[in-house]
Formats: sequence, C-alpha cells, structure tokens
Amino acid sequence: MATRAFAATTIPGFAIVAGIAFFALYAPILTLVAYSFNDSNAISQWGGFSLRWYEAAWANTAVQEATLRSLTIACSASAIATVCATMAALGTTRRGAFRGQTFIYVMINQPLMVPEIVTAVALLIVFASVKVATGYNGLMYLIIAHAAFCIPFAYLPIRARLEGMDLSLETAAADLYANPWQTFRHVTLPLMGPGIIAGAMLAFVISLDDVVITEFVKSAGQDTLPTYMLGQLRRAITPEVNAISSALLALTVLLLTAFFLLTRKRD
Amino acid sequence: MDRSRNASLTSDETTAGPGVTVSIAVEARNAVKAFGQGEAAVRALDDVSVQIRQGEFFTLLGPSGCGKTTLLRLIAGFETPTSGQILLDGKDITADPPNRRPVNTVFQSYALFPHLTVAQNVGFGLQMQGRPRAEVADRAAKMLTLVRLDHLAQRKTSQLSGGQQQRVALARALAPQPKVLLLDEPLSALDLKLRKEMQIELKRLQHETGITFVFVTHDQEEALTMSDRIGVMSAGKILQVGSPRDIYTRPANRFVASFIGETNFLPGFYAHGQVALAGGHVPVAAGTKEGSTVTLAVRPEQVRLVAADAPGSLPATVRDLVYFGTDTHCHMALSDGSEVVARLQSSVSGEAGLEPGARVGLVFTEGAAQVLED
Repeated sequence: MATRAFAATTIPGFAIVAGIAFFALYAPILTLVAYSFNDSNAISQWGGFSLRWYEAAWANTAVQEATLRSLTIACSASAIATVCATMAALGTTRRGAFRGQTFIYVMINQPLMVPEIVTAVALLIVFASVKVATGYNGLMYLIIAHAAFCIPFAYLPIRARLEGMDLSLETAAADLYANPWQTFRHVTLPLMGPGIIAGAMLAFVISLDDVVITEFVKSAGQDTLPTYMLGQLRRAITPEVNAISSALLALTVLLLTAFFLLTRKRD
Repeated sequence: MDRSRNASLTSDETTAGPGVTVSIAVEARNAVKAFGQGEAAVRALDDVSVQIRQGEFFTLLGPSGCGKTTLLRLIAGFETPTSGQILLDGKDITADPPNRRPVNTVFQSYALFPHLTVAQNVGFGLQMQGRPRAEVADRAAKMLTLVRLDHLAQRKTSQLSGGQQQRVALARALAPQPKVLLLDEPLSALDLKLRKEMQIELKRLQHETGITFVFVTHDQEEALTMSDRIGVMSAGKILQVGSPRDIYTRPANRFVASFIGETNFLPGFYAHGQVALAGGHVPVAAGTKEGSTVTLAVRPEQVRLVAADAPGSLPATVRDLVYFGTDTHCHMALSDGSEVVARLQSSVSGEAGLEPGARVGLVFTEGAAQVLED
C-alpha cells in the first residue's frame, strides 16, 4: 500500500477552523472600510453612505501635514535602508562561509529580535542628549530611526534574491571583458533589481506604519499619520480615522501586491 | 608527427615535424594550485607544464578531480596559481584579471545572462570592450549565423533548449575573437544524440575560426575523436601529451593505458629485447633496463588467436565469450592464471568454434605490445 503524505485538509473541522481564522482576520478590516463611508458622526452607527469623512480628512490641515511628514520619512528612510541593505546583502552573500557569519546576520536583523519598545526608549534617551548637544530638532532623527528598523525588511528579500543567483554569471561577465564595476552595473544589479525594489517597498510600508518608535523619537509637532490617529483616539473618535485608515490600507495593499508580483518566480 | 616515444611527457617539443616550428598559444610553466592551508592543503595542480599550440584543438582529459578544470580556470584567470606562470603568446599573464585576458570560456552551465536577449548575450563581450553599437550588433548577428541561431536573436535565453543555449554560449565566447577559447565540459549536459552533433559542430567552428580550442572532458571517446592533441591528467599532473593515435597506441604509463580504451596488463620480466611471460616470450622494442620487472600492455584488438601449439604463441585457455554484436570479447587465462581479453570480429569467432575450456595460442600484433615500467 502506498504511503500517503499527511494532509491537514483531511482533519475533521479543518474548513470550519480555517473559516473562523479568516473571518477573525478580515471582518474587522472590512467593517473599518465599510464605516469609513458612514454618514453618521458616531463610529459604530450606520447613517447611510457618504464620502464626507474622506473629504473632511482631505481638508484637515493636521492630516495633510502628518501625511506629508509620513511620506517624507518613509521615502527617505526606505531609500537609506535599501542602500544599506543592498550593500549588506552583497557583503554577506558574495563570498564563501566566513567566521562569525551567523553573528553578522543577527546583527543586521537586530530590529526583528529586540522588542520595539526597548529600541524606542533607547533612541529617546540617545536622541534627547543629541538634541541638547546640537540644538537640531528636525525630521532627521525620525528618518534615521526608521531607516535603522527598516534595514532587515529590505535586507531579507535582497539577500534571498542574491542567494538564488548563479555566481558563474559574474564569472562569465569578467571573462567577457567586464571590469568589476561593469559586472556589477550590467549583470549583478539588473539581476538583483526585483529584490531591491521588493525590499524598498517593504521598508516603505513598515516605516509608514510605525507608531511605537515614532511616538518616542518625535519632537513636538512632528506627528506622522499613525501618531496623529493615535492622538485623535484619545479625544473624540470620528469616522475620519476610518477614512484615513482605509486610505492607508489601500496604499499598503497596492504596494504589497506589487511586491508579490515582483518577487514571484517568473518562468 | 613526433616520432620520439614518450618525449611528449613533458611536452617540450615545439616542432610539428622536422624543421617546422609552430608558435605556442598558451603555456603553463610549473603551475601549482593548492587549496587550503598548511598540512590540509590539497594540490589540485602539481607542477604542471604544458604548451598548447596556435590553432590546435587541445583536450585536457582525465577523471573528475584530476585538476583539468583548475588548469582551465588558471588560463582564464578565475584562479591565480599558488606558484608558476601562465603565458599567452609568450607574454606572462599570470597576474592579469580575467577581463584583461583575450581568452573566453564556454561554461559547463553555459552561464547565459537571463536578463538579456540572445543577441545581447552574444554582443556582451564586445559591448564591454567599448566597441561601437553598430559593430556589436553586426558581429553578434554574424556569430549567431555561424551557430545557426540567427532566427532566435530576440528571444530570452530561458526560452531556448539545452542545445540552443549551448550554441549561444559558444557564439558569445567566440564573438570577441579570443586568442584562445576554453571549453569546460560543455557537452556533458546534452543527451547522446545532441552531443554527437555538437562534437561535429565544435570541430567545424574551430576549423572556420582558426582559434585555439582548449577543451576539458572526462570522456575519452570525445577526446580521441575531436582533438589534435590530448593531455592526459591524473591527480594534478599531466601524464602524457600527444596526438590521439600516440596516446592510444603508445601510452606512457599504466594510468594512460587503462584510462583510454581497454588494455590487458601482463606482468613479465625484460631481458634481451623480449619480455618473458607465463608460457613464452614476446619481442618488444629495446630501451628498457635489462633484467627489470615490467608490465606488458596490449590492446584487446591486437591479440590474435592461433592454433594451440603454433610456434611463438602463448598457450591459453578460453574462459568466457562475451558477444557485443560486431565484436566478441574472448576472455582467456595464461598458464599462470593472468587474464587476457581478445577482441575478435564476431563472424570469425563464430567460425572458429571457440568455446569455454578450449585451448588456444595467443599472438600479439607485431610492435603492439608496450612495455610499461611502473
């Protein structure tokens, strides 16, 4: 008799558990999106379809400023993180196994392992003294902090891409008169391109979404979109928060879809 | 043809015949490549010196791990020798990186650039050399015509079959008109029929371009049929360099004799121009130290069967007959039990009425038996 692989789908009740899990995951989000079109002032009472909260959010200067700030930080931080991650990935994959390899991986991926609140408090203390010493209070603190925790998210897809690349392609380029820079420019970079774009988008989304570190690092009047929303929750909750959340969700879904399309294997 | 037996061992000779000098395209001088450090170091190449002539099809033949690919990588510049030199057209290129060597490689895995089209792949070398765009495109088109793939120029390489990828790899390596083309077991990934086709194709390309080919293989048949000269390698050393006929008929030592074709090895004793074997004497060429223990090497097709008591023959007993179609292999034992295989034409062996247990006489084709000192 042929042995059959264990199939989770044959367990009684599998479909029910799966159904509940998906419901728990998506029902709240769908509710959020639905209520963003609510005409009522109350957050959980349906008062008919309307786009008024989107209009309100759009017209709100605080939201505008926070959005602009969020995008500035996310663009800058993901760009810095992607450059660092690309170099880190090249440095850790374009060679044989080396001493301390695992240690280096752990070092690079530190933000994935250290609790975010610990990093946040640490940054608060460090930046506080830097602020006093330099007198500078700008967005750079947030950009640096975001870049730091975005690096592993950019690093992982880039490294995966590089590890899947045939090393003999670079040897072949060198054989065909390409100097090291030409080899990088014409072979390595185009081949790792999808990994770099995926890493950058992931970093962008992670930065856009961050609350904890931002809350600790930001100076007065430096609210990003998530910290602005958090601040709103402490006062009066209006469906405006739903509208902003839905817009953020749409942007994230768009980016993640692009991420998926870029990283999946092409035949 | 060089007539000096075994002189090709160190491949010193630079003459293709009396008075004719040929130029040397590539030369390795005392090349050593060691991997690892200290006592754990492995000598992949152990003091190898070889001269490869201008315009020849030279094959490095040997079992896997013998150092043939390492030697190729030293010539390409992918590895630097631990000691020794690599010369190209008499110029020391040991320190030059691969991109400064007018030498191109056809990789075993082809290593085609997946993000480029077939034509871009073929033009890559010229593009990197900074040639004008029009020239690159023109030359790429010409090379694709040469390998009969001009109709696929705009395809991505992933859309090609194995044989087509092989041709692209060839065209790409030939496009910059290298002084030497290196081929690292390029046919090993192809099936038998395609391999035979590509063997002919490679010979044709070599003939048409006149470029020196250095071909690495572990397939002795491939080496014999394609090469002008073969260098047989084992354990990091070159054991013998010579034409396929030289190597086959006059192997320098036991390894070469056993690696290329089938050979009977018979222990004997050399004295007075002949080797004493169980049950008789075999006359051989002079040149061996008087009174030494030797091994006599004889190819199965050079063993003839005669009547049991024919004068000058070695008495033997038939053990087994193995039918191969055109040939039949007759396994026999000499009086001391050592085994000899004779390759007979099937029609002949059928008529002779041979059967296991029959007593026969053995004669070796004159001059065919080689004395190996080991």
